[in-house]
Amino acid sequence: MRIRPVGAHALLLDCAGETDVGTADAGGDMTGPDEAVAARVEAWRAELWRRRERGELDAVEIVPAAATVLLDGVRDPERTTALLAGWTPAPVATVAPPATAEVPVTYDGEDLPTVAGHWGVDVSAVVRRLTTTEFRVAFCGFAPGFAYLTGLPAALSVPRLASPRPRVPAGSVALAGPYAGIYPTASPGGWLLVGRTELPLFDVHADPPARLAPGTRVRLVPA
Amino acid sequence: MTAPTSGTVEVLRAGALTTVQDLGRPGWAHLGVPRSGALDPAALRLANRLVGNPEPAAGLEITLTGCALRFTRATAVALAGADADVRVGTRPGDVGRPLAVPAGAVVRIGPPRTGLRSWLAVAGGIAVEPVLGSRATDTLSGLGPPPLRDGDRLPLGTPTGPPAPVDVTVTAPPPAELRLTLRLGPRDDWFTPLALDRLLGSAYTVSPVSNRVGARLTGAALPRAVAGELPSEGLVLGAVQVPSDGQPLVFLADHPTTGGYPVIGVVADVTPLAQARPGTTVTFHGPQR
Repeated sequence: MRIRPVGAHALLLDCAGETDVGTADAGGDMTGPDEAVAARVEAWRAELWRRRERGELDAVEIVPAAATVLLDGVRDPERTTALLAGWTPAPVATVAPPATAEVPVTYDGEDLPTVAGHWGVDVSAVVRRLTTTEFRVAFCGFAPGFAYLTGLPAALSVPRLASPRPRVPAGSVALAGPYAGIYPTASPGGWLLVGRTELPLFDVHADPPARLAPGTRVRLVPA
Repeated sequence: MTAPTSGTVEVLRAGALTTVQDLGRPGWAHLGVPRSGALDPAALRLANRLVGNPEPAAGLEITLTGCALRFTRATAVALAGADADVRVGTRPGDVGRPLAVPAGAVVRIGPPRTGLRSWLAVAGGIAVEPVLGSRATDTLSGLGPPPLRDGDRLPLGTPTGPPAPVDVTVTAPPPAELRLTLRLGPRDDWFTPLALDRLLGSAYTVSPVSNRVGARLTGAALPRAVAGELPSEGLVLGAVQVPSDGQPLVFLADHPTTGGYPVIGVVADVTPLAQARPGTTVTFHGPQR
């Protein structure tokens, strides 16, 4: 783990090794870090959230991402850097059971045959794989409540569409790179559509507003 | 959650972009919720103090073309930020002073003489329903009230204190050239030494496609030392992101929470960019040089 400076009041915990940066393929597509990096990110995220809860860490935002955890709104980054050096994150499996969510999915996405083609299997095998994988919310981004779900092996990474669709309906379940994701609201999007859910994923009146917060274990069960 | 309301403000002319803004919704970035809030929080705080509001109260952020508003009750307003013509009825008023508004009067804010944006505070604040603790319009995610349209009516809160007894506050016109203090990182190592020389040694120009999400700059392209794509990572206010065309973009209040292009450095104070019209010259200066 390496700490990178981010302005005067933020720090970036870089959980990737020097050689782990993603590499673009011919289409300039998103790649993700390997599973060990994702596990380190999740361990640090959980550790830092716990420590903030206990009052040991001063940060307004703790934002996990693909290979990093950002601490923003840190009053004394120098002191926080020193603290971080003395902490070791507890392995993910050893702490309290995580939040879980079952998302009922109708697997009728128009890109299922494309995904099957990339994976070298038929459509039913794609659906079987997606319904039996235990996903975990690696991080949120792109839009409020949009969760990047990790759990598929890197070998099953798929490229995004060469040109994004102007409108992907809310509830669309889709794949890109090594991630699965669900569009909480309608938006433009280049992910490959595999299905849809009726489950509301982001509600500003709910607590928490996002059903799929970082660390949540997720199953994409058949509707 | 709903504050007691007291009267309304009717939007006679919304202008190019007038939005409700407060100090934003920090603390939700891990769920993909941008911070949003006034592009110059100090100006909004000042306007609020002038009308006797708590500093975080919601006001209006007015962009470039001004706006016209009618108030159903007698109130006080104050304008801060860009220097602009402000009138209560036909009576001219001053920027940076509380102005008494009789019931039914129309407040007209003209285009700024210099700069881009003004913040209007109203005694009691704009009392639209808060979303995740903030009334701010987030132009990226769509959270908060939509930008004002002609004919909108917004509820006003109950005033909590008397307007401040001030005669004058100082409004400095924006400088012809913006000198922004920048710290390199977190991904300056993704760029060539030439890129760092260019960033800290050449002038950039604010592009017309700038908005509340970010100030896009044009100038010497910043070549990358590392090819490939950066896995998405968290972004902060003032992050200078460099997309594949090599032209830097400085993130402002409505910035996305994560991004997949490397951030070469972070600007310490982005508020001068809130007043930077397209064509403004920007230079970056770091502790390094």
